[in-house]
Amino acid sequence: MKLDLLTSVYVFMLAAFIGFEVIRRVSPLLHTPLMSLTNALDAIAVVGAIILAGESHQHGGRLAKILGTIAIVAATSNIVGGFLITDRMLRMFKASGPRKQ
Amino acid sequence: MTGVPTEHIIEITYLIATALFILSLKWLSSPTTARRGVFAGEIGMLLAIVGTLMYHGIVEYKWIVIALVLGSIIGVPLGEVAMTAVPQRTALSHAFGALCVTLVGTAEYYLRAPSVPPFVMGVLSMEIILGSLTFTGSLMAAGKLQEILPQRPITYKGQNFVNLGLLAVAIVVAGVLVAHPEKMQLFPLVVGIPLVFGVMMIIPIGGADMPTVISLLNSYAGLSAAAMGFVLQSKLLIIAGALDGASGFILSVNMSKAMNRSFTNVLFGAFGQEQGGAGAGAKETRSARSASPEEAAAILAAANKVVIVPGYGMAVAQAQHKVRELFDGLIKRGIDVKFGIHPVAGRMPGHMNVLLAEADIPYDKLLDMDEINGEFSQTDVALIIGANDVTNPAARTDSSSPIFGMPILDVDKARTVMVIKRSMGAGFAGIENPLYYMDKTLMLFGDAKNFVGAIVRELAGGHE
Repeated sequence: MKLDLLTSVYVFMLAAFIGFEVIRRVSPLLHTPLMSLTNALDAIAVVGAIILAGESHQHGGRLAKILGTIAIVAATSNIVGGFLITDRMLRMFKASGPRKQ
Repeated sequence: MTGVPTEHIIEITYLIATALFILSLKWLSSPTTARRGVFAGEIGMLLAIVGTLMYHGIVEYKWIVIALVLGSIIGVPLGEVAMTAVPQRTALSHAFGALCVTLVGTAEYYLRAPSVPPFVMGVLSMEIILGSLTFTGSLMAAGKLQEILPQRPITYKGQNFVNLGLLAVAIVVAGVLVAHPEKMQLFPLVVGIPLVFGVMMIIPIGGADMPTVISLLNSYAGLSAAAMGFVLQSKLLIIAGALDGASGFILSVNMSKAMNRSFTNVLFGAFGQEQGGAGAGAKETRSARSASPEEAAAILAAANKVVIVPGYGMAVAQAQHKVRELFDGLIKRGIDVKFGIHPVAGRMPGHMNVLLAEADIPYDKLLDMDEINGEFSQTDVALIIGANDVTNPAARTDSSSPIFGMPILDVDKARTVMVIKRSMGAGFAGIENPLYYMDKTLMLFGDAKNFVGAIVRELAGGHE
């Protein structure tokens, strides 16, 4: 499904507004998990890399495959590492109350 | 299988993934729903990847699968690092994200050249410039945070000129390519110059400025991914990039405010920062009072309300678990204990909260600067551990001070102030802290971990 230029700009603008409104509400308490989570989500760029590495190309196919494959490795490590560490950090945040020991 | 229905299925997975990404960030707003947010993000990501793998244009899966497995193998240890190492891990992941975007952008150019429409060439250049400068810049930042590279800023005459010149050349070359996309020999410059710029950008930045730099690189990484979305015409990627860019932008603004930097200063990668020393004010001639762990413990035991102000020095001394013991000891005596956290208390936004949460301190006792500042006037003891400039009252009162205007924790309003510190030496900016010479202030000289440990022992010994 192709987007025209103006639609792309609209999508970007609306997403930026949503981003500002949603992220403004994130407490400073959780700013580190916020950064690691957005980092993992940003690695959705992997979808572009997958298509690049998997498609057959008329010319320059070998380069596209090599670069695409390395790009998948980089993005996947961000997805896995990013979600893991975010969850690990969030597990540590506990409210006061009766604590084990 | 015909292509059309699969296309629709893929689009639907992307649509759901987009909604889940937004919900993921929304749920992150509170610690009670935050883990649900991570789960939503994971499901969204899984859907989008599975959807993409269904794309009929993919003719070979071997390398995709190998790369996905390899990436996961690298990702696991990156998710297992120590909490003190989270800032460098984050910088490294910005580098990986930017690497992915730069490589895809480079491949896209060579696939499409020589005929690339001007708009596509424009966003492609933006993707590659932002991506490659973020790649090397983040690697440099990670190296400095990991202390593989020297942390002190390296400056030379004409640095800003050289750096901005480099960036300008890259933009001009990109402009030429927009007009003449067939000049393929110019393309390596669009990749290479920003790679050099990324290194040069981080060289003059010191360790204490890292929270701002990491946030800024986060924003760049997001924007480069959004630019990639424009090139590939992927709504999902545009939205994810915009969310990440917005997040990095908000954090950069927060950090620059907390560090008393103008926003343009931050936008240009914290160039031209004044390194302290100048205008540090007259040398203090008054003397400071010091106290022993026994005296400190006695004062704390007599208090009703204590606010602990941790700085990065506490984390360096690995004192957070001793601080938790102190917290437990005081709570046991019925004393109200809270933590006042300055936005730049760690090496990245929110870092100090993570370090204290890891030490098992309940998050509802961790208050940010705006929340805690109103409480100092009713506080009996403000205990400062490894923080300096963020408690300096000169930021409020002395317009000649280099940190004048910087928001600080108003610890000087507490009845008694205690500062655990190695010596009377000035902070990273080399600024004298008049707080240390106030009549209500007691200096507790020593290593944070040992000193807090000694107070804990005193409190336990004298208990009941």
